[in-house]
Formats: sequence, structure tokens, C-alpha cells
Amino acid sequence: MTLKIKNPGLATSIQDLGRIGYFHLGIPLGGAMDRYALRAANMLVGNDEGAACLEAVFMGPEIEFTQTATVAVTGAQLPIKVDGEYQEAWTSFVVKAGQTLSFDFLQSGARIYIAVSGGITTPEALGSRSTYPIGALGGVEGRAIQTGDELPTGGSEGPGAGRTVSEPLRRKPGTPASLRVLPGLYWHRLTDEAGAGFFEDEWKVAPEADRMGYRFKGGRPLEFVDREQPFGAGADPSNIVDGCYSYGSIQVPGGTEPIVLHRDAVSGGGYFTLGAVISADMDLIGQLQPHTSVKFEKVDMAKALDARKERKGMLARIREELV
Amino acid sequence: MAQVISPLPGTFYVKPSPEAALYKNPGDPVAIGETIGLIEVMKTFIEVKAEFAGTFSAYVAEDGLPVTAGQVLAEVVV
Repeated sequence: MTLKIKNPGLATSIQDLGRIGYFHLGIPLGGAMDRYALRAANMLVGNDEGAACLEAVFMGPEIEFTQTATVAVTGAQLPIKVDGEYQEAWTSFVVKAGQTLSFDFLQSGARIYIAVSGGITTPEALGSRSTYPIGALGGVEGRAIQTGDELPTGGSEGPGAGRTVSEPLRRKPGTPASLRVLPGLYWHRLTDEAGAGFFEDEWKVAPEADRMGYRFKGGRPLEFVDREQPFGAGADPSNIVDGCYSYGSIQVPGGTEPIVLHRDAVSGGGYFTLGAVISADMDLIGQLQPHTSVKFEKVDMAKALDARKERKGMLARIREELV
Repeated sequence: MAQVISPLPGTFYVKPSPEAALYKNPGDPVAIGETIGLIEVMKTFIEVKAEFAGTFSAYVAEDGLPVTAGQVLAEVVV
């Protein structure tokens, strides 16, 4: 069975849980920006949790089905239609052979995940179907989907309509969104006042935020502790001798606009990173629209691990609901 | 009166570049598929096109300011 793309939307790409194990070679993790939503979508249609789905940002695609399948859409609120008839989000529904799946205007959130029973079965690259356009890996010939593409799927009819994730388990950011941060290796580069200011200020998502990094604006510029820049580091106080970046790490070039590195980020470079957004909150970033207000909240390792456990617990509860 | 709606969130512009003239002035004819404005998001500029023909009335959203998906950008007399 294939999915015929009649309209791709804005930057709709095939994503799974990512291309793990190559970050040290400079190949990004890739995979869904909101992996929680991707897992939930797959569970709703009876797939393996890591099956490849479509990730659509801000605008939905238009897709014609050549065979009957079970479908679920999770993540952002983007009204779902099958041949013009509205469908529930976070709930499985059936699309029959010849019918078309389409979407209205975005209401809240940023990204939807469209899971189809059997999963999308484009070829894997380095163990993942995730699309990394800059490296031309995964997806359809290494790119986002286009009009006229025919995406192969596993072809099963799936478990059918009416499976649903209960409201409290449909995880989404609050208003303003709160992102928990663990201060990191280079925290000492900031003055105490600048460190405190980073957490006090309200930031807004910059329009250029994308799968590589989420940039934030509007907070006070950061002041650095004076030092003679070490050999090999750039002249700006935000520069370091090149180091590794982690998933979620926050670099602040020039001390002005923090950038949280996300799924398609580079793995190293010459900017200091003040810390990292905790793994449990990285999914939430994937649901932030441009100009959304954000506060960073300082946490310690114990709190970060508790949050990770809580997120895992929510996924376990979805599994129980969908047995 | 028909409304041109923003299909996505981002920053709205009424000109193709800062020095250029406005896409449309009041009284200008509008054809289907003609560009009315730009939305900047994710380092990309997306052209917003008219889905109907008529006479341009006015921009409703302001140049260079944030818009949300579904927001009215401009009005056209059809």
C-alpha cells in the first residue's frame, strides 16, 4: 500500500525515534522533535512504538490512501479531516482506500505526528528512516516529502477506529511554557547576576527556530566573567576551545540569544553551553510556535531524573490504556 | 469582502524585501494565485497567495509583526 502525497504541507518529513549511535561522528540524532507524541501515535494504530511516521510542522499535508488503514494523529491541535469529515486527535480512525486525509489551520502546538498502521517503510539509512535533509539521509531520497511522492507502508489494516489516549496523557507545554534546565560545564563563565537573570527573564521563541535548534529572544544579554581567552578559543567571551554539544544543550552566541540544540543539531563547536534542557522537556520544545513565551526553570540532577521517570510513567500508562 | 488568512504562524511582511514596494495597495486588482504577503518561519519565507480574484482593500495585519495560523492578513473586495 502507498500514501499518495497530493500536497506536502510546509516541511513534512518522515521521522522515527532517531539515528542513534553516530553523534560522535557528527551525524545528528534525528527523529521526531516530540518523540512522546510519535510513540503515542504508533501505539494507537498498533505499530511498534518506533515505527516511521510523518512529522508535519505548522501545516498539515494532503494524502490519498490506496488501501484501507488505521490512522492516528497526535501532537499539535491541527483539525483532522477524512474526505472533509472531522476526526478526533489522539484517537485512531479508519481511512478507506481512495479517501483523502487533510487538515485545517493550526490551533495550538507546532507539530503533528501521523501514524499509519504498518508504518512507513521507506529504506533505512544507518538504522533509521528519519529524514536529515542537510546530510541527505533517510526519508524519501534524503529529503522532506513532495507532491507526487508515493510512500510505501507496511500495509496492515491495523486495529481500527476508537482507540484513544485519555486527556491527561496528551502531553503539551503550558502557557508560558516552562522548560527545565540543568546548569552545565560552562555555567561558571556567567556572572552570578547573568545566571540568575537567565532564569528570571521571559523569553520568546524566535521565528527561525527549527529542527536543528530552537532560538529564543527577549531576555537580557548575558554578562561573562572576565578572563583571558584560552589558546584556540575565539575572541568573544561566549567562545570556548571547541567542545562537544549534547542534545538539549543551550549555547548563547555573543551572550544574546540562547539556542537549544535539538534533534538535527551539530555535535560540537566553539560556543559555551550554559546547561541543557532536561530530556523530559525536549518533546515540549517541539510543540512551541514562534513568538511563544517561555521561562527556563533551574533544576538539579535529582529533579531531572524524576521528570524523566514521570515521562516514562506517562508512556507506560498509555500502553496500559491501549492493551 | 473576502479575507486572506495566514496558513501558518510566523512573522508577516507586506513587501518582498525592505526596499521594495508593497505587494498590494488599496484599489489594486487581485488575481487568483497572486502573492499578497510573506510569512517568515524556520529561516524560510512562504508566499501567501490570494485564493480569489477581486480588488485589494487593505492589510489588516501589520508589517513585521507576529501572526498566528488562521489570522486575517488582508481584505479583498470580490
